[in-house]
Amino acid sequence: MGIEYLYPEFEVHRNFDRCIKCRVCERQCSEGVHFYDAEDDIMRADESKCVDCQRCVTMCPTRALKIVKTENTFRPNHNWHQDTIEEIYRQATSGGALLSSMGNPKDYPSYWDRILLNASQVTNPSIDPLREPMETKVFLGKKPHDLEFDSHGEVISKLPPQIELELPVMFSAMSFGALSENAHKSLARAATACGTCYNTGEGGLNKSLYPYGPNTIVQVASGRFGVHEDYLKAGCAIEIKMGQGAKPGIGGHLPGRKIGPKVAETRMIPEGSDAISPAPHHDIYSIEDLRQLVYSLKEATNYEKPVIVKIAAVHNVAAIASGIARSGADIIAIDGFRGGTGAAPTRIRDNVGIPIELALAAVDQRLRDEKIRNDISIVVGGSIRSSADVVKAIALGADACYIGTAALIALGCHLCRQCQRGLCNWGIATQREDLCRRLNPDIGTEHLINLLTAWNNEIKEMMGGMGINSIEALRGNRLMLRGVGMTEKELEILGIKHAGE
Amino acid sequence: MKTKYLIIGNSAAAIGGVQGIREVDKRSKIVLVADEPYSTYSRPLISYWLEGRVDREHMVYRNPDFYRQYGVDTLLGTKVTAIDPTRHIATTDDGKEITYEELLIATGSHPFVPPIEGKDQAKNAFTFTTFDDAQGVKKALTPDAKVVIMGGGLIGLKAAEALIDHVKSLTIVDLADRVMPSVLDSEVAQVMQQHLEDLGMVLKLKTSIKRVGNMSVTLSDGAKLPYDILIFAVGTRPNQALAEAAGIDCERGILTNESQLTSAADVYAAGDCTQSHDISADVDRNIAILPNAFMQGETAGINMAGGQAVFDKAFPVNSMGIKDFYLLTAGSTEGQPQIVNTPDGIRKFYIADDELKGYMILGECQRAGIYTDLIRQKTKLSTVDWNSLAEAPKLMAFDVSVRKADLAQAH
Amino acid sequence: MKRVYVNEEWCLGCHLCEFNCGFANSGETSMIKAYHREQRPLSRIRVEDGDDIHFAVNCRHCKEPLCVKGCITGALSVEDGVIKIDQDQCIGCRTCIAMCPYGCLVLSHNHTMLKCELCLENSCGEPACVTGCPNRAIVYEERG
Repeated sequence: MGIEYLYPEFEVHRNFDRCIKCRVCERQCSEGVHFYDAEDDIMRADESKCVDCQRCVTMCPTRALKIVKTENTFRPNHNWHQDTIEEIYRQATSGGALLSSMGNPKDYPSYWDRILLNASQVTNPSIDPLREPMETKVFLGKKPHDLEFDSHGEVISKLPPQIELELPVMFSAMSFGALSENAHKSLARAATACGTCYNTGEGGLNKSLYPYGPNTIVQVASGRFGVHEDYLKAGCAIEIKMGQGAKPGIGGHLPGRKIGPKVAETRMIPEGSDAISPAPHHDIYSIEDLRQLVYSLKEATNYEKPVIVKIAAVHNVAAIASGIARSGADIIAIDGFRGGTGAAPTRIRDNVGIPIELALAAVDQRLRDEKIRNDISIVVGGSIRSSADVVKAIALGADACYIGTAALIALGCHLCRQCQRGLCNWGIATQREDLCRRLNPDIGTEHLINLLTAWNNEIKEMMGGMGINSIEALRGNRLMLRGVGMTEKELEILGIKHAGE
Repeated sequence: MKTKYLIIGNSAAAIGGVQGIREVDKRSKIVLVADEPYSTYSRPLISYWLEGRVDREHMVYRNPDFYRQYGVDTLLGTKVTAIDPTRHIATTDDGKEITYEELLIATGSHPFVPPIEGKDQAKNAFTFTTFDDAQGVKKALTPDAKVVIMGGGLIGLKAAEALIDHVKSLTIVDLADRVMPSVLDSEVAQVMQQHLEDLGMVLKLKTSIKRVGNMSVTLSDGAKLPYDILIFAVGTRPNQALAEAAGIDCERGILTNESQLTSAADVYAAGDCTQSHDISADVDRNIAILPNAFMQGETAGINMAGGQAVFDKAFPVNSMGIKDFYLLTAGSTEGQPQIVNTPDGIRKFYIADDELKGYMILGECQRAGIYTDLIRQKTKLSTVDWNSLAEAPKLMAFDVSVRKADLAQAH
Repeated sequence: MKRVYVNEEWCLGCHLCEFNCGFANSGETSMIKAYHREQRPLSRIRVEDGDDIHFAVNCRHCKEPLCVKGCITGALSVEDGVIKIDQDQCIGCRTCIAMCPYGCLVLSHNHTMLKCELCLENSCGEPACVTGCPNRAIVYEERG
């Protein structure tokens, strides 16, 4: 152990009165925490390996296990937190940049939790979604400024391409490679069943998933992995990834050990080679360059597919969004600083970017001010945790939301945030065959469908409460929102009144 | 008396016949005639009864309600003395004539007692295949009894197992150089013999009984053994006289085709009274084991009732336990032997033409049916992971497509 | 008839089915009690573990059940397609072990044979291996 020893972060509490030595925990732990001591006929644990993924806890048939954060403490210090000190120890011994996964876990404010929704009372009746029709369908894409009709009332104007969604929630970009094939299958099938979209991320699209194309957004990112004509045509829309909320300003790196035969084939790179996505697109240094890529992609797909430009929410997001709207893109996707990732440098994940709530409000306002809001749809992501967050986002001005982490949680993810290790005990963020098997896509699909169905019902319930029966009427309807515990400045940026006003 | 179906016999083959008929024909009349007066019972259980491990009530092969449930008219304690296949008539010892449409001969086998001087005058001498035999032995049983069993085969050893704890001494005499000579080779027999001796049995191998005198036997080596109970368990012979007299073809058992039909029209035969084709050795022989009897009987029954069934997978399968020491054997000893030692015993396989022909397992035997099925299906061993199978029976050793068919598909 | 089917593609080799089976047939009120008895409950389902492959095997409830046909005491029988065993009647002769092509019989502590009866006889009512399988590697379905 020596002087570099760090006390394990988690402790395995095994209730030996309940333990029946079935060894399920041992068989299920990819980290090798649990083991059976035959000599003493007892289960033991090496807690230094525990990442608190909760797999053993979930699988234990006698509820004999719980994982507890250790009470071992350094002398309390409000400036030098224990994890800060431990990170220094780690870096002092390794000399490396720290790596993390999933979203920013730090104690920054969540504006969703400081925004409250309105409800109708007396003068404007609320609507019961069980009795009245309620519309949550949305179309993403450019909306024409005016429409022409023929004598029969049919639209004769040529409409730009749209994505039609049954509910304003899509699965955000998560690549095959970062995710297992079974996770991707689950997302694809659930998106199809629910009439929404999932997103390939920068990993290409395996041919086996082409049948789900009408519900697939294909991504083109800086590495251009897996991009070819069939790929672009396979999806219902194309997303250019400029940035990602978890790691704005930097690229990606899928290590070679995750590039198995199928991932390699899908990404069109050699098996076992590292897949490195550069920080910038090397052909994009201006809005004009972006416009070229947007139109190249439109050209390649006969102007039949909307093009999305995805950016991370950063300081001057409103101006950037304005540029994107003028680049010819149909949809802008903004990813807040809490967005997840399969791997990011810890300092970037935890310190770069801005909250999606503020970015969304700023972008929506800017586009309205410039009278170009209808030229582009807004999709937001980066820690949309519930249907309430969706409703608040729509009311702040979004057309739809992306969910990533929430979808993974539905698949079983317990947010242990060790995706970068590739040992996901839930079969989600891994390419190891025995672990991938743990996610049966039949079950995964059902869970995702259940989640979306539940959220859609809740969205209708909340809309009904506000006396709104169409999601269109909620969009940008900031009068439905009130802030609590916010400063004048925050309220001003969000464009909402304080509760009580 | 007239009946659609007539069954002679009341053990496994006969019961199989009843069930086979009723799989196809739920209604027509079945008459079952048997010389033993008892409701069907499991012949192999007589040793368990004698030992005291099973009471009379649990010796039933089917519960007493079976005949009513299956609509069978029984004539128990009645012997069929002749059959006339041409006229479709069977005659019983009480002079009755039964006219049948379809007949199943399931007369079983009888113990064979070699022509030994003095055997007919011998007191307390028994064979050991029926409940009456077992009752006779029990009556003669005293804690001081000295038992001599002639024959170290399945029947002799089961009798020995039943008696060893209840008598003063027990000697098994067999002409062969080993016990169970018909199913064990000398190597495996050696292990079994050790176990028998550990239990206190005395084995006199390569020895025969020359003469039975007054409560003693004289052996071929000249020794004279006193006895209180003498059991002849040399072997059995098929009960084929009835069929032979009716002009039905017989060899070492009544001959049948794969539908269990004999050479006479509408006359079927099944069980110990027949000769089977042993697929593991590719020879015709009498295979007097219960599973075979039941399956042949069932096959016969289905065909008698107009259904379609064949039984073409005959080969010996024996399971025998002697005081918690278990022996499983199947098939033949054709081909190359392969030995696997296990913690508590030994496993021996016989392999020829890339097929498993037979096995003997002493000790741990769970899942051994996987081996049996290799013999039954004549599975080419090159299509399975034989090395791992020989180590332990497992489905993992089969190709994934085989496993899918077995476990993941309807069957 | 509904039967248990095994899909090795999804089997994790966690062996939970074995423990759920043992508990379901133990007659105890909790798995903990059941497995803390001196004699641990026995499972009627077995998981085979390979390097990368795992799968569970239990009675297929064959239409032509060799175990039943070979049973020398009549302890094994077919009731509505379900192969059952009468523990009172079984003498543990092991003929069924030699007959079953899948190796689905299990020796009990008292040397009689145990086998899957689809949890119809115990308190579960539905196979415990199926309800407890975390990944639907074992399903109870009506097929073909």
